[in-house]
Order: sequence, then structure tokens, then C-alpha cells
Amino acid sequence: MKFAVIITLKKDVLDPQGKVVEHTLQSMGINSLKNLRQGKYIEIDLNETDEKKAHNIIEDMCKKLLVNLIIEEYKIKKI
Amino acid sequence: MNSSVIVFPGSNCDRDVATALTNLQFKNKMVWHKDSELPKSDLIVIPGGFSYGDYLRSGAIAAKSNILKEVIKAANSGCLVLGICNGFQILIETGLLRGALLRNKDLKFVSKDINLKIINNENKFCNKYKKNSIISLNIAHNEGNYFTQRDHLKELEDNNLIPFKYCDKEGSINENSNPNGSLNNIAGILNNKKNILGMMPHPERMVDNLISNSNGVELFTSILS
Repeated sequence: MKFAVIITLKKDVLDPQGKVVEHTLQSMGINSLKNLRQGKYIEIDLNETDEKKAHNIIEDMCKKLLVNLIIEEYKIKKI
Repeated sequence: MNSSVIVFPGSNCDRDVATALTNLQFKNKMVWHKDSELPKSDLIVIPGGFSYGDYLRSGAIAAKSNILKEVIKAANSGCLVLGICNGFQILIETGLLRGALLRNKDLKFVSKDINLKIINNENKFCNKYKKNSIISLNIAHNEGNYFTQRDHLKELEDNNLIPFKYCDKEGSINENSNPNGSLNNIAGILNNKKNILGMMPHPERMVDNLISNSNGVELFTSILS
């Protein structure tokens, strides 16, 4: 079973990389751009057939290692 | 006094700090990250570098290594722990120190000598420095922008848990003298019990007048006293 974890900085944490990318795109003439946040994407393949169990394992991975909960937030998606 | 320097793949300030410690009469041992036993230590140093290539987040992988379990146990029972640069990042990732070290505000790796003001000297690491004195140490990092929640910041300020802040030559603490965007120009923090210090500047690089200055010596002699 495959999952994707998307990690981004929390809204109130300054994202300097995202800001630079945002400003560059705006300076390239993309005027409709309102806001851009940069993050990490992790793909995980699990040896588990029960979706609920698998989700809990991924959740545990996020809390224990993948995400720094002080500054980051995450979304888990089945892919 | 017995000291241990923890070595990870990617550590690069481990020998510098070991030399500083040995020259200042510490009995030092190097400890490999895979070891599961810590030699008898009064001081544990987690040195600077790029442990595990800074993968995932700086310090995140090292924080889960074998020996760190022992370091956490020792720290919780009162052993002195000093984390320098990447060592500070590792201490944050273990949860021994609170907050986070974000990417530098201007997105550049900063390597230069900076000025620090001694804000609090009533702790085991800074008692040889005079309060409000200005010292010069070297910084070299990409993620040194200290961030924490407002209530914790107040706790740090109120309980004298910030030993030094970035300042200019005259001692002014302002945005211009802040090299990385750290909250309130914070360069290092202590835990509540004051036995754990994490700092971005490198005291071990300033222990010999022949190659720099000796402003880092007092940090180590404070520990000895």
C-alpha cells in the first residue's frame, strides 16, 4: 500500500525559500499568484493491506521522525 | 574532569573540540554514534558538522542514533551537555532543548566572526565571563535561525536561560547585528535545569591566539570550575 506524505511549514512560520520562489514567479509576470509555500514530499510503500493500520503506521512515522511538529504540519494521502 | 565527544558520520568539529578540551585539562574520550555505552562523563559534547548529511532536517537522524539514547538518560540525570552548531540542532531534535532552528533568514550559509553579548553568566557554562561583556566567536551554519513559541520565549527571558545574544562591536542587540534572523538575537539557550547548553557559535575555534582569539576558553574553564 502506497502513501504520500506532504510536509509544509506551519502558516505562522516564515518560509524564506517559498517567499523567494513566490517573488521570482511574480517578477516573471505571473500576476495571479497570491501565495506560495514550499515543502517536502515523501513516498512510502508499506507491507500492510489494512488501510487503517497502514495509516496509523504512517502517522507514527510522521510524529516520531519525519515531521518537526513545532514548525511543520503534514498531510497523508493514499496513492 | 571527564568529557565525551560524540562522533557521527559527517561531524567535522569533533577533533577541534577534543583538542580544546584536552588542552584545557579535560580527560576526553571520543564516542562513536553506534556505541550503546557512554564512558563515565561529567561533560558530553555534541560537536558541529553535518551529521548524516543534514538529511531530512539538520540533526533529525542523529537524534535517533544509538548513543543519543544514553546521552538523553545522562542529561536527564544532570550530566552537563554542550551542543555546538549541529550539536545544538541535534539537541533540539531530541527534545532536550525546546524550539527549532530554521533556515537562515537570508537563505545563505553564514561563515564569519560575530560578536556576542554575555546576557546571563549564572550557569555552569558561562560563569568565567563577565555579565554584559562582548566576545567574538565564529559562526558557520545554514540553519541557525532560532524560533520558538511566544510563551517559551518569555520563559527563556524570564528565567535567565539565554546566555548570549548576537550584538555589534558596541554591544547593541538589533536587527543589523543579527546574522541569521534568530528571535531576539538568541545565539544559545539553556534548559530549565541549566545543565544543557545549545549554541550556534563555535567556542572551540577560539581557544588559541595563534589562529584566532581566545574568547572561547572561558566557556570550557567555566565548566571546570
